[in-house]
Amino acid sequence: MNARGRTDPKPHYLLALAAQERWSRYEIAFWLALIAVYFLFPDNLMLAAQILITGLFAVSLDLILGYAGIVTLGHAAFFGLGAYTAGLLTTVGYTEPVLGLLAAGAVAGAFGYLTSFLVLRGRDMSRLMITLGLGLLLHELANEATNLTGGVDGLQGMVAGRVLGLFDFDLYGKTAYFYVLTVCFLIFAVVRALMTAPYGLSLRSIRENPQRAVAIGIPIRARLTNIYTFAAVIAGISGALLTQTTQFVALDVFSFERSADLLIILLVGGTATLYGGFIGAAVFLLAQNWLSTLNAQYWLFWLGILLIVTTRYMRSGVLGGLKNLSHLATRRRHGSRA
Amino acid sequence: MKPMLQTTDLCKSFGGLKVTQSVNLSLEAGARHALIGPNGAGKTTLINQLTGVLRPSSGAIWLDGEDITALPPYKRARRGLARTFQINSLFPHLTPLEAVTAVICEREQGNLSLLDRRFFKLTRRRKEIDEAHALLERLNLADDCQRQTRELAYGKQRLLEMALALALRPKVLLLDEPAAGVPEGESDELLAVLAELPQEISILLIEHDMSLVFRFAQRITVLVSGAELVSGTPAEIAGDPRVQEVYLGKHHD
Repeated sequence: MNARGRTDPKPHYLLALAAQERWSRYEIAFWLALIAVYFLFPDNLMLAAQILITGLFAVSLDLILGYAGIVTLGHAAFFGLGAYTAGLLTTVGYTEPVLGLLAAGAVAGAFGYLTSFLVLRGRDMSRLMITLGLGLLLHELANEATNLTGGVDGLQGMVAGRVLGLFDFDLYGKTAYFYVLTVCFLIFAVVRALMTAPYGLSLRSIRENPQRAVAIGIPIRARLTNIYTFAAVIAGISGALLTQTTQFVALDVFSFERSADLLIILLVGGTATLYGGFIGAAVFLLAQNWLSTLNAQYWLFWLGILLIVTTRYMRSGVLGGLKNLSHLATRRRHGSRA
Repeated sequence: MKPMLQTTDLCKSFGGLKVTQSVNLSLEAGARHALIGPNGAGKTTLINQLTGVLRPSSGAIWLDGEDITALPPYKRARRGLARTFQINSLFPHLTPLEAVTAVICEREQGNLSLLDRRFFKLTRRRKEIDEAHALLERLNLADDCQRQTRELAYGKQRLLEMALALALRPKVLLLDEPAAGVPEGESDELLAVLAELPQEISILLIEHDMSLVFRFAQRITVLVSGAELVSGTPAEIAGDPRVQEVYLGKHHD
């Protein structure tokens, strides 16, 4: 056993680590299923695109809340900045959507970097208050600058450009869906790489125990600033995607409800799971879509129940709950042998 | 020989309360130095100043000939000043292998490219992971290195405390009551590990367990009310009447 271990190029402890990094069949199935959605639900592609956009937005929150442990109630600030940047850019003649995404990411990222110094300074409670404050601030600024933002009526004069100058957005959301899916996948792949790299390990260390993280030489402040900025970039891109696919942007992109809903979505889906954001967005938007057609009050009623059940009985969201179930099943099988 | 870790006239006061009074510690390379003193003597405050958690009111701290008084804690760790904690301060949901690998990757970050640090998966850091495993093996943690830290027995967690500090390849190691809470039956393993720590590391041991202090240390400093009462060899300290009065005689535990 020992002799073989020495000649084996990959010792057992490495194999276990490698297994965590590999794209699992569930993950592959997840992305294939999203391609299948295009063919299976041609009438609901706009909703599907919205779910993906919200999912990506939630992934960006997961980076700072789930992986880095920073609580925030103002994540919509970045979303809104990205949404308006993408919209405004088309009103001045730059209509190509990918360019809009880059610009939206840059603007949101710059705002994220600058505000990170305010946000990261404090503890949880002050972080909640400062992010909430920043969110309200931007919302009010956008509300005041009506001739720039169009206020509640929405931005006027937006132009829909072709993606990369090739693909027109259509009424059914076919282009929109594939555009959103591609962007989501590419960004997700980057996020996933970051989280499985030494960088992700250092973030987990910071979340688990900041005191010790410092003692082993991790520059906490710099790393949190970095991930906060990156999350802001992704949130900005999500906002831009919404503007571009709906051809509409109004004040509500900055709304407090958007930040709060996002928190719910991530907690329902599961934090620090990479996929929790997408799962939560799907559960939340599908339930909202279905239940609010029955009765508007029903929606809030069921939302309340959903929240209580997931936080009380599924500590790590829907994904965590599923994982627990599968652990339980395997333990049953092993238990019967023992 | 030039000292590896040195404090010069280190003072710290909170308002009118002087918690560190002109402490002049000096550890040579490979030193085995113990810091003892009754509760409230200012041992923890001193440690926190050494590691950079607290800023001293005056005086300076030197590591390997460089003034580190103004450096933030993480930079001191990177320069080779490591510590363990009196109360376990670990990463509960990380495995020991992940935790030690994290330390090593951080230590080696200057040698890794941006891609290595951010975008290439952890298992490409084969050298770092192998080193982590070898270190855990040395500390009898190899069998548990894939379990979550929170599932480990207390004695094993105590050893992991040590492993995380050693993974930094420190020049100076501050051991804050390494035997705290370890039941007598399990303390042998810990003692063996302490005895086998690399000779070249300078060690400052803060400990209540007198049998451990006298077995381990070559020099002992007694701290009382934030000031250095006396420093000397274990034999000198044991025979010093002032020490017996303030410390050994009164608090016998």
